[in-house]
Amino acid sequence: MRLTETTSTTTTITPLLESPLRVENAAIRHLIEAGDHYIGIVRAGQTLRLVDVEGNEAADTLFFNAHDTAERYSAMDTVREQGQVYLGTGSRLLSGEGNLMLTITADTCGRHDTLGGACASESNTVRYDLEKRHMHSCRDNWMQAIANYPEFGLTKRDITHNINFFMNVPVTPEGGLSFADGLSGPGKYVEMEAAMDVVVLISNCPQLNNPCSGFNPTPLEVLVWD
Amino acid sequence: MTNSLSARDDVPDAYTTHLPGGQHWSLRLRRGTTLSLTAREADTNVGLLCYNPENLLERLNLPDTLKCQHTFKLTRGNCLYSDMGRVFASIVEDDLGWHDSVGGNLNRAHMITKGWQPVSFQQALNDRTQTGHDSFLVELAKYGLGRRDMAANLNLFSKVESDEAGRLRYVPGHCQPGQRVMLRFDMDTLVLLHTCPHPLDPSACYPHRGVDIALGTAPAPDEEDICWRACPENARGFANNRLYHLGLQGA
Repeated sequence: MRLTETTSTTTTITPLLESPLRVENAAIRHLIEAGDHYIGIVRAGQTLRLVDVEGNEAADTLFFNAHDTAERYSAMDTVREQGQVYLGTGSRLLSGEGNLMLTITADTCGRHDTLGGACASESNTVRYDLEKRHMHSCRDNWMQAIANYPEFGLTKRDITHNINFFMNVPVTPEGGLSFADGLSGPGKYVEMEAAMDVVVLISNCPQLNNPCSGFNPTPLEVLVWD
Repeated sequence: MTNSLSARDDVPDAYTTHLPGGQHWSLRLRRGTTLSLTAREADTNVGLLCYNPENLLERLNLPDTLKCQHTFKLTRGNCLYSDMGRVFASIVEDDLGWHDSVGGNLNRAHMITKGWQPVSFQQALNDRTQTGHDSFLVELAKYGLGRRDMAANLNLFSKVESDEAGRLRYVPGHCQPGQRVMLRFDMDTLVLLHTCPHPLDPSACYPHRGVDIALGTAPAPDEEDICWRACPENARGFANNRLYHLGLQGA
């Protein structure tokens, strides 16, 4: 399913690190079907794992402070403070207030994007074709989630710049940016420990116009350990 | 086709002002107006955010802006996109070649970690040391907006580059005195500005570097426009603007 000829950019990956956690001990296991969404709480001290079950999927993910959802994951604060564009093992995911929300503690993929944002039906008209506005997108997925689960208190104001776990968006020294074939593959996962109680909102990316889902969206699995 | 915006010396500015360093401002700019910013000093930084005054939920989206134009830097020929697939503004003139899309805002914690002594209004009156984060919160509050509405901002005049491994580096000396960037607004836009330092600015003390501002007018872009022609994505962005303005005079 992986494409091979999409980029010539040198790929630097952060050190891969396996997790000692056993799947059978997880407190929560949830399969997000292709193009579907997930919203839930991860408590401080709990560990969240996202699994790219069949490979080449993208998990468009947002985090909010569960007690004050106006405090949320900030892509710009996170990359600036770590001095590094890509996310990987050791990345400290920061809020817009500069507080630590989660730390990536294990990763078998090697690189995750947080600059590329999420697909939306409106941006798809610009990126691909004016007649592609009807196609399913991450933002519509999030809109469905916040409409279905009003108890989290989220509205469109809260839907902002996200993490694309398993997605590879190389930046060049000359200032270029592209969507490249993912480094992910079947069973690869990323794991993070929460430093505060967070709401996690995930869109299993339904994009069919670029390689981020391998042109074949597949399930993601969410696991949480106490 | 002449580039109507090259007439920078013979079209009188409609309005000029100076925003001193470490300050903030917001204003509504109509479709067809231009905003020129000129640095007086090296390493000036101007934080910028855009909102649609008709629907404040529509706002500058830098990830959409970057990915649809396949760029990490912003310069002449680039458009600034809203999250609704429309073009707020186009960069029609640029002396710098690179404006930062990733650095975000100076916040209070930076003041401490950088060793920049925070200076209060009591101590220094309007030469106090404001942060970009607080500056935007003040301007946002004037329109009923707050923390939930703070999108990622552009840092005009600043450069943060990435190496092949993704390591980020602020480039001192990128902005030189007298350099200018001009935005043409392609839909009505609520513009928020601040002149607080870039969060990666390595200066020993909080620098106060202001910017000269000039407002003017420009004709609507057509197929010959440099930003329209820059990539097929921008042509589609302008098509979305045309749809949004359908029924308005000149749309």
